[in-house]
Amino acid sequence: MSKNKSEYLISRKDNQYEVVIGLEVHAQVTSESKLFSTSSTKFGAEPNTQVSLVDAAFPGMLPVINEFCVKQAIKTGIGLNAKINKRSVFDRKNYFYADLPQGYQISQFKDPIVGEGNVILDMPDGQKKVGIERLHLEQDAGKSIHDLDPQNTFVDLNRSGVALMEIVSKPDLRSPEEVSVYIKKLRSIMRYLGTCDGNMQEGSLRADVNVSVRIKGSKDLGTRCEIKNVNSIKFMQMAIEYEANRQVDLIEEGNSIDQETRLFDTKKNETRSMRSKEDAHDYRYFPDPDLLPLEVSDEFINKLKSDIPELPDDKKKRFIDEFKLSPYEANILVSDIDTAKYFEEVVAKMGKNKDIKLAVNWITGELFAVLNSKNIEISQSPISAKNLAILINLIKNGTISGKIAKTVFELMIDGNKDPQKIVEEKGLKQQSDPKALEALIDKIINDNREKAVEYKQGKEKLFGFFVGQAMKASGGKANPQLINEILKKKL
Amino acid sequence: MSDITKQSLSELVKNIKNKKVSSEEITKEFVNRSEKSKELNVYITENYSSALDKAKKFDQKPNLDLKLPGIPIAVKDLFCTKDIRTTAGSKILNNFVPTYESTVTQNIWNEGAVLLGKLNCDEFAMGSSNETSFFGNVQNPIDKNLVPGGSSGGSASAVAGQLTPITIGTDTGGSIRQPASFTGIVGLKPTYGSCSRYGIVAFASSLDQAGPMAQNVKDCALLQEVISTYDSKDSTSINFKRNEYSKELTNNIKGKKIGIPKEYRVDGMPKEIEDLWQKGINYAKDCGAEIIDISLPHTSYALPTYYIVAPAEASSNLARYDGVKYGFRAKGENLIDMYEKTRSEGFGAEVQRRIMIGTYVLSSGYYDAYYLKAQKVRKLIKNDFNEAYKKVDAILTPSTPSAAFKIGEKKDDPVSMYLNDIFTVPVNLAGLPGISIPAGHDSKGYPLGLQIIGKAFDEQNILNIAYAMEEKIDFKNKTTDWWIK
Amino acid sequence: MSIDLKTIKHISKLSRVSVDDQKAEKLANDLNSIFKFIEKLNELKTDKVEPLTSVAETSLKLRSDEVKSNNIREQIVKNSPQDNEDYFVVPKVIE
Repeated sequence: MSKNKSEYLISRKDNQYEVVIGLEVHAQVTSESKLFSTSSTKFGAEPNTQVSLVDAAFPGMLPVINEFCVKQAIKTGIGLNAKINKRSVFDRKNYFYADLPQGYQISQFKDPIVGEGNVILDMPDGQKKVGIERLHLEQDAGKSIHDLDPQNTFVDLNRSGVALMEIVSKPDLRSPEEVSVYIKKLRSIMRYLGTCDGNMQEGSLRADVNVSVRIKGSKDLGTRCEIKNVNSIKFMQMAIEYEANRQVDLIEEGNSIDQETRLFDTKKNETRSMRSKEDAHDYRYFPDPDLLPLEVSDEFINKLKSDIPELPDDKKKRFIDEFKLSPYEANILVSDIDTAKYFEEVVAKMGKNKDIKLAVNWITGELFAVLNSKNIEISQSPISAKNLAILINLIKNGTISGKIAKTVFELMIDGNKDPQKIVEEKGLKQQSDPKALEALIDKIINDNREKAVEYKQGKEKLFGFFVGQAMKASGGKANPQLINEILKKKL
Repeated sequence: MSDITKQSLSELVKNIKNKKVSSEEITKEFVNRSEKSKELNVYITENYSSALDKAKKFDQKPNLDLKLPGIPIAVKDLFCTKDIRTTAGSKILNNFVPTYESTVTQNIWNEGAVLLGKLNCDEFAMGSSNETSFFGNVQNPIDKNLVPGGSSGGSASAVAGQLTPITIGTDTGGSIRQPASFTGIVGLKPTYGSCSRYGIVAFASSLDQAGPMAQNVKDCALLQEVISTYDSKDSTSINFKRNEYSKELTNNIKGKKIGIPKEYRVDGMPKEIEDLWQKGINYAKDCGAEIIDISLPHTSYALPTYYIVAPAEASSNLARYDGVKYGFRAKGENLIDMYEKTRSEGFGAEVQRRIMIGTYVLSSGYYDAYYLKAQKVRKLIKNDFNEAYKKVDAILTPSTPSAAFKIGEKKDDPVSMYLNDIFTVPVNLAGLPGISIPAGHDSKGYPLGLQIIGKAFDEQNILNIAYAMEEKIDFKNKTTDWWIK
Repeated sequence: MSIDLKTIKHISKLSRVSVDDQKAEKLANDLNSIFKFIEKLNELKTDKVEPLTSVAETSLKLRSDEVKSNNIREQIVKNSPQDNEDYFVVPKVIE
């Protein structure tokens, strides 16, 4: 599908290198309680206040799985067009770390809950299909805080045991740009499904990035390095750029690349080797004897399938078919679920005689500008979809002009006022009474006889002058179309 | 009533219900005897004054409908008890005080019992002689310097020495049945999933099971009926129909088919054990049971399988003892140094040995050869039992290949120590119920036990067989109270 | 098969139990005799045997998504070796 018009290549002397990237995305499952315990998952609580005896691994404490998290993982699998495994197994991944209270993480190793799937990316030069290797459920670790005390590390276990979905892609990505689009698309799908809020600032979405390079055209994969736990798209892109160039330089100098785990230093904008992880590679996975294999029935899966909402790809297709939007416009509207919801509500509230094109222009133009300047999400928009729909209808039915509409829009921002009321209160209603307008125009022509004569003699530019005068005289409220018609007739 | 501590649980319950004796009187007697029995070293933590308080409270408002009305009970120190130190016999938990209660002990308190104290055991239940406990050896009441068996050695000695009327232990590879056999008492390992593992310090999760230990089969049945409940806090707890085992207990086992597995006739088995087994077969026949020869072909692979599976699970289960959240912490220069010193100083030699075995068999490159292989053989062992149970209702074997041995005798030879569990381990691997009842003595007068193995969830059947045989055997323990000064 | 000192050191590192040379020697001896006894399993052909996943022949039960555990920080940090009201405290970790 890919046309590769804008290939991302790294050039050195005679060689051109292609970058091969695979991602392991860790997405926090949206749920009230943790994967194997009944403590809360809410973000931002006081340290260690959302920790149960199970989360802190007290002697004799046992895991009991949260059904909702299982459903969330399966739904996500469905959203990734993936195979749902009716039988999956929880394994223990054994390693020691201060914020890993059990001394192991419960994860899924050999038999994950979701198998192969794919995600479609909309790139500027066409669509690209990225393979999904698997999705599995696992526990999050706690948090180590190194900067509160010079001698000690402090441990907060609030996050310990929160459910994560690890989504592993195939090494199908070829540029930082594709990585960005891929992450945004995953985020979009999960937000549509309500399975992950995708909030990267709060750590709900982070990724381990596997990077390798190879001579363009080569079929073999190069040795990869894994950059651990990158928590923003920008940092992922920077890390990839740095890491790919580092690897190319090594190869060009005749060196080989060590397969290793690296860390992205956001201050220095470079990756470096994480030596502390080196001897921890033998995780001694084995099935967790405290849990039985997870078995789900066809009915269970089918019920979830029937609950899946319209996802971005389908919505986009429908917007194009139903509303005659361009693929570009449709993309903008569907990529975020809240934008799509807003748009659809505006469309619904506009009623029968609706102008979709106008609605798209107002949302992607005026509204986005306001949201940007206020740095807020569309879900917090100061103007409700309903009021925007009313405003658009006022333009459409000629009650106000587009220009007046902008004034009304400005007034709506403070307090989400009903545009109808603003128009009435401020007397902004368009003058569409032909008689009144004729009288007004007669007066203008009378006052500007010389110009009228010049116009008649062929100085057509002066038409604009008369329109301007008429609008001015009406306080901007005159119906511009009528003004045009009357002026043409009278002049 | 001076012979209170000699009474069985059933007698004590009857006397309390008939108001012949109060909970306080009973508790006082057991406390007094316990105080005089320090040489047995069965207690890790005593709870006497609190027990007496609770007994008094019970007497003020006695609820005589309960199954264990005001009965004082000491329990193995592997059960977490709220606000009472719980050590698992280890230095690493020396100062650990749980803020929660295990489901099994909670069930006991719910039926009116009061906690006398926490009983000594092998460290993290890893041992067959109680010699691995951080809190020292336990003496077998049968004879001085004799091991009580393990890992529930303190529990077995406490019942045999009449320091508690009944107790609960845990059994991962024989830890209830082997010490029961060594001390001449009754011990039941229930079906896996019968008793909740919630709040029990874990050794090997797929094998661990709590169970009752008592002077006789009837007491054992009563305690089993109290502790066996379905628990949603344990994902491996099984929701099946549980009997009122003591009420449904019968000595009528006429026509029951009892299997005798030829593979348990191991090389070098002492003649006394062989004789005991034959005696058992005769008793069973006398009770009207039908004896059938059966085969459990993979029996000899059970111990090697167990010594892969149990250490593997243990190595992971014990990773939480890292000096971070609770328990002992050694000083370290950095986190890793702290971990290594804490675990090296906090765990004893046997526990470290098993952690090493477990880590090794799970490590990269060895998983398939050891752990996976063991889980396959475990399946074969389970299938053996499934096949056998098409022909028989229960299986009769000796409980142990020998009587109790002297303290120190096997301490430096792990493999010979492990061989103690040769008859009990297959039962854990297959998740089945097994009961050991005292059935005779060796030439030195040390008790010997017989084991009856049942189908899964068929505790009632093996309790009935044990009950019927107990009557015929009429076992008497040869204790002299030698330790009481 | 024989377990050498290097292997002992490696698994002691994985299991975070410090082992000096003397202890390593003893452990190597013990483990070798134990593994000699374990190797008996090699007599069995198990290629076609499915490994046992659990003796409990039932499937995993699922609990509903409810928060039942409240703030019990006091209980949680009560037993920790280094006192702190809010956090668990460990010697400095070097990344």
